[in-house]
Amino acid sequence: MQATHTAGHAGDHHHDDHAHYPSGWKRWVTTTNHKDIGSMYLWFSFVMFLVGGAMSLIIRAELFSPGLQYVSPEFYNQMLTLHALIMVFGAIMPAFVGFANWMIPMMIGASDMAFARMNNWSFWLLPPAAILLTVSIFVPGGAAGTGWTLYPPLSVQMGIGMDMTIFAVHILGMSSIMGSINIVTTILNLRTPGMTLMKMPLFCWTWLVTGFLLIASMPILAGAVTMLLTDRHFGTTFFNAAGGGDPVLFQHIFWFFGHPEVYIIALPAFGVVSHVIPAFSRKHLFGYTSMVYAIAAIGLISFFVWAHHMYVTGIPLTGQLYFMYATMLIAVPTGVKVFNWVTTMWRGSLTFETPMLFALGFLVLFTIGGLTGLVLAMTAVDIQLQDTYYVVAHFHYVMVAGALFSAYSGLYFWLPKWTGHMYNEGLGKLHFWLSIIFFNIAFFPQHFLGLAGMPRRIPDYSQQFADFNVVSSVGAFGFGLSQLLVLIVVFQAVKGGAKADSRPWDGAHGLEWTVPSPAPYHTFEDPPAFDAAEAHA
Amino acid sequence: MNPELSPVGSTTADSRPRVGSNVRIASILVIVVVGSLLFVAAQPRLYRAFCEWTGLYDIDRAEQVAVSSLPGRPVTLEFDANSHDGGLLFRPQTNSLAVKTGEIVHVIYRVENTRDSTVIGQAVPSYGPQHAGGYVKKLECFCFKQQTFAPHEVREMDVVFLIDPKLPDDVATLTLSYTFFEVPAGGAKALATSAEVRT
Repeated sequence: MQATHTAGHAGDHHHDDHAHYPSGWKRWVTTTNHKDIGSMYLWFSFVMFLVGGAMSLIIRAELFSPGLQYVSPEFYNQMLTLHALIMVFGAIMPAFVGFANWMIPMMIGASDMAFARMNNWSFWLLPPAAILLTVSIFVPGGAAGTGWTLYPPLSVQMGIGMDMTIFAVHILGMSSIMGSINIVTTILNLRTPGMTLMKMPLFCWTWLVTGFLLIASMPILAGAVTMLLTDRHFGTTFFNAAGGGDPVLFQHIFWFFGHPEVYIIALPAFGVVSHVIPAFSRKHLFGYTSMVYAIAAIGLISFFVWAHHMYVTGIPLTGQLYFMYATMLIAVPTGVKVFNWVTTMWRGSLTFETPMLFALGFLVLFTIGGLTGLVLAMTAVDIQLQDTYYVVAHFHYVMVAGALFSAYSGLYFWLPKWTGHMYNEGLGKLHFWLSIIFFNIAFFPQHFLGLAGMPRRIPDYSQQFADFNVVSSVGAFGFGLSQLLVLIVVFQAVKGGAKADSRPWDGAHGLEWTVPSPAPYHTFEDPPAFDAAEAHA
Repeated sequence: MNPELSPVGSTTADSRPRVGSNVRIASILVIVVVGSLLFVAAQPRLYRAFCEWTGLYDIDRAEQVAVSSLPGRPVTLEFDANSHDGGLLFRPQTNSLAVKTGEIVHVIYRVENTRDSTVIGQAVPSYGPQHAGGYVKKLECFCFKQQTFAPHEVREMDVVFLIDPKLPDDVATLTLSYTFFEVPAGGAKALATSAEVRT
């Protein structure tokens, strides 16, 4: 298959690789190529990951010991707010959009995204938003210090930094919506003949559902922050009780967006892992159909559980019970997925290269994060644990060990395809082991801190929390520093190294492995033949 | 298929299983986006309607429930006013009032600044018997903040409150007394804070 459409004409191949784009920076500004744009998304997200990570280290340095050491409480609040916004909107989401750009056309046998020029816009909206967010630290009054949830009344009172944050959210929302429309259209329309929806690679399925979640939920967030903006400057009182509004309304709207957002981050991560685990188990994915239904179910239910973030806002008992049971219901399809991944490995011929290690790390730690999520779903328990470090530990297990580890898994898995070189396996494994050890040192003690009652978003704490905070800070700095390894690995692989085959992993299946490594600038100009037996691998 | 709508680089009409043209799908998705925007725009109204329908939002109804659970009983209120310095003439419009617990009471106090200069003052309440003070629920009071009186100004000021029906049975007469203190120019803030804590 490889010979038919890629290596067939060596001359044309060279032409494809170099003729169609301007050289230098103009190539990157004007590109409509899904591979270029995917690479830019990934680099952008890594830069934002380092920026957001540096902010988290400021937080952990301050929390190393009780009392106020390095930063003022106001600056601390700004750091934790920007850390969250940058990590969610700047690092994790663009990372998976980058994967989608690179891999979805190659997985479904399309030559590019459906709307290539809009794709360029989707990316180039991100840097202005990132600049607005980070520069807001330096304006009078500083950046938004409300936490990423931007709850009024505080968010109505803050300075111009809050307005910059609101505009940044608007721009990020536009970028996400455009990107999602593009991805959904690509998946629905540009699949190679014979690839029906139920024969589509699972990563595409996760992105199809994620795309719909983004299209439906990002406008909700945009509306909420627009109301904040008009409350701040145009005399409306959507969230001001003195004018007949209600600050709790903002919480409802925010979390109606915010909970699907959790699965917007998690679903593509599930997709990546669903490719890596079968490849290194040398088996087909167990229960493909149930995986698809589980993805759809998670996507649907995620719109009906928002108020489990709001048990202490005074919602009535009936509401608390409904949201408690609905939240627990999400554990069912998620459990199906975990079961399928484990069963895929059952009696497989396993090897443990770096992508597989990160996928396994994801599996174990995401399951822990999911279980603490179930604990928090219980109203009676949550009233005790609301806004404690237990919640911080919970969502870092699903966001860092879930989404980030999955992104690393995908990075190591597809890096040979992108660069044409095998990465340094030793460094990759070192990166994994340092990450998983330091991650647990950083975040596991936070469960104990939360159970003991340490509140989140406060720069100071009572003396009895000191020891676990020391451990957590040491782990955070170790984790942060070991992330620089991935930069070395990627630079090495881009520069050189052992040549990668078109299919460097013997257990990997799918159309993306039928093109040479590195993938030529243009692939699948004509739809490739699709072998149904290769599906679901 | 529409070649002009095909992705960049795709030259030949291919046999991909298209759902519709790219633009058609994107239009449908844009409609979803617009629908979401309309949905969020309707939220303030929907939220209020939902809360009113379920009764979640009705503070008055909650107050009625709280009041009706305990029957009111008659109690006599006496009003008293003192001024710490001679410059302010301070007295209530009503000296005594027979009310029921749980009823909202509205009383007016009158202040006259007899001096030629501006006076800043703060009224501090006290109660007799003292332990009844916790049952006086003030909704609005001139004692909540400092008052500035122009030379020879006369002002009428409101206090609105209700007596908690849980008032102990041995209290048949409750005296509400205010003393006006002149606020020295520098220490204004400290006095205001301590006075608010006591009310």
